[in-house]
Amino acid sequence: MRWIALYLVGLVFGVGISISGMANPAKVLNFFDVAGTWDPSLAFVMGGAVVVAFLGYRVVLARPKPVFDKTFQLPASKTIDARLLGGSAVFGIGWGIAGFCPGGALPALGTLNTDVILFVVALVAGMWLARRIPRILNTARAPVKT
Amino acid sequence: MVTEFTPWASLSGGVLIGMAAVLLMALNGRVMGATGILAGAIFDRFTGDTGWRVALLAGMLSGPAVVRLVTGSFPAIEVPTSTLALMIGGLIVGAGVTFGSGCTSGHGVCGMARLSRRSIAATLVFMAATFATVFVIRHVLGG
Repeated sequence: MRWIALYLVGLVFGVGISISGMANPAKVLNFFDVAGTWDPSLAFVMGGAVVVAFLGYRVVLARPKPVFDKTFQLPASKTIDARLLGGSAVFGIGWGIAGFCPGGALPALGTLNTDVILFVVALVAGMWLARRIPRILNTARAPVKT
Repeated sequence: MVTEFTPWASLSGGVLIGMAAVLLMALNGRVMGATGILAGAIFDRFTGDTGWRVALLAGMLSGPAVVRLVTGSFPAIEVPTSTLALMIGGLIVGAGVTFGSGCTSGHGVCGMARLSRRSIAATLVFMAATFATVFVIRHVLGG
């Protein structure tokens, strides 16, 4: 029951990404190309998603606990540091080169499109390397995830 | 490559993405971040969090098939860049979201919706970096 419910939540996300245009690099890159072939559609994706999530979270987080768990597990860190901002800047550069972000590419994997598969392989390799590099450099900090 | 302006389809898609984020919070008490869900499913195996992440990913991957059932075709995926650029971009995205602890879904949707200052800062930075990168590639380098 729990797994079916969560599968359906993923499905809602996957259908949303599919019809929004986030799985289409041509459309994503055109959103960022204000000086060229600009397509403002993705502002509607982000706007719609944030407004619905903002309102929905107010209702949900007022409840004592989620249905399948004992507590809500929200990201605890409040620190705005070089790691957060630097990592985000690097992400933006990669997004501007490829046109896929992780949330756009994962549902698109379901089409078995070769380009999507190659992007996700590179994405996972990048994640793996980023988790390795701090260990190789012998720093104590390990990458955190949301 | 010109793409058609699709405000209604994009708004509907955005509403569904927001609904999925709310449902995941209501059911499982977690934020819907593609980075954390993918990285957790692959790199943090054999924990209590593996099951829901795999179920969620399976649902995400089924999205295009449902769209195809209803509309008769998969969503359009047009890649205007070379395969090499796509893979270099993928590597960079993977590194960036790992150090930045999230991407468009985690910071851009869930974090912004929680009014997390950390996520708002991250989102402003990656959006600015993407605008700048696309400008440089298309209008400075002339790609």
